[in-house]
Amino acid sequence: MHEYSLIQALIARVGDEARRRSATRVHAIRVSLGALSGVEPDLFTSAWELARAGTTCAEAELRLERIEAVWSCPRCKKVFAPGDVLRCADCREPAALNDGADALTLDQLELEVP
Amino acid sequence: MCQTCGCGDPELVPVELHEKILAENDRTARHNREHFVGAGVLAVNVMGSPGSGKTALLEATARAAAAAKKAWRLGAVSADLATDHDARRLAAAGIPSRSITTGQACHLDAELVHRALHDVPWRETDVFFIENVGNLVCPAIYDLGQAANVAVLSVTEGEDKPLKYPVMFQAVDLVVVTKCDLVPHLDVDLAKLQDALARVMPAPRAIELSAKTGKGVDAWIAWLEEQRAPFVGAEGGHAHAHGHGHGHGHGHGHG
Repeated sequence: MHEYSLIQALIARVGDEARRRSATRVHAIRVSLGALSGVEPDLFTSAWELARAGTTCAEAELRLERIEAVWSCPRCKKVFAPGDVLRCADCREPAALNDGADALTLDQLELEVP
Repeated sequence: MCQTCGCGDPELVPVELHEKILAENDRTARHNREHFVGAGVLAVNVMGSPGSGKTALLEATARAAAAAKKAWRLGAVSADLATDHDARRLAAAGIPSRSITTGQACHLDAELVHRALHDVPWRETDVFFIENVGNLVCPAIYDLGQAANVAVLSVTEGEDKPLKYPVMFQAVDLVVVTKCDLVPHLDVDLAKLQDALARVMPAPRAIELSAKTGKGVDAWIAWLEEQRAPFVGAEGGHAHAHGHGHGHGHGHGHG
């Protein structure tokens, strides 16, 4: 259950940014979560609910953008079905993963600035 | 302040960041990696379930390296929630090691490894193992500064584990399938296990091994030798570069 420590790092980072910009409130934060990020979205959300009380994020909305994992052949671009062997039957190339499949990023904040 | 209508409401300002949530960990991992590479040390992050045979693999490595007259100096840090049993086993096998007691933490992070390095003579090693917490989930996403990731998977865990834990298997350079001496007593089908790996790893690489009988240990030693190749000869230039010692505090500005 590493989601809680990730949320703590996230809240600390958002707090720093809010202070640096003299924000009075964090309105929303947007996070990208890839299907292969190793993060369970439900656990991430419940860790967020627990950890944000009393922080600059107490009233912030967490917007999760989930990114699917898609494997494809780097040569012929054929897309693999989930559960396929990850080597192209035609080109013999190992499959490559789409950008963002392992994303775990803080993308955007919405801050209230006086 | 809202300048549009003069209502006095505060203004909403969007701030684009697009940065990794693990950025801090990744910075420390880069710092660890610079040290390992600079000192010519191959650092290997060994992951796997509790009881998969991680410590036994390292013990077998020490025996096999000695038997093959390898001049390797081995070292390790071993993560454990509550005890130092693994580190003691490693020390008894001739691998200087230190335990990292993680308490409630389910994985190692780069900072825990960095702190532990202050107490082990890792610089005087050729191959340095970082034995992670027994867990097939969380350790996969934390870079520690290693050169290679290894997953240890025992035959008693079932052939479908790679399909159930794709994040782990996708993150590793090698899978060591352990306890293969038990195969005759089990219903496990190693071909099915290899097939499962091919569905989560684009370039699967696995070694079937028994730490007990020694089967496959030579292939594991050969793999380590292969990983070591870029580090051999790198040591000449490092003694000076690391003359600053490691007495500095944390949070310094490396990386």
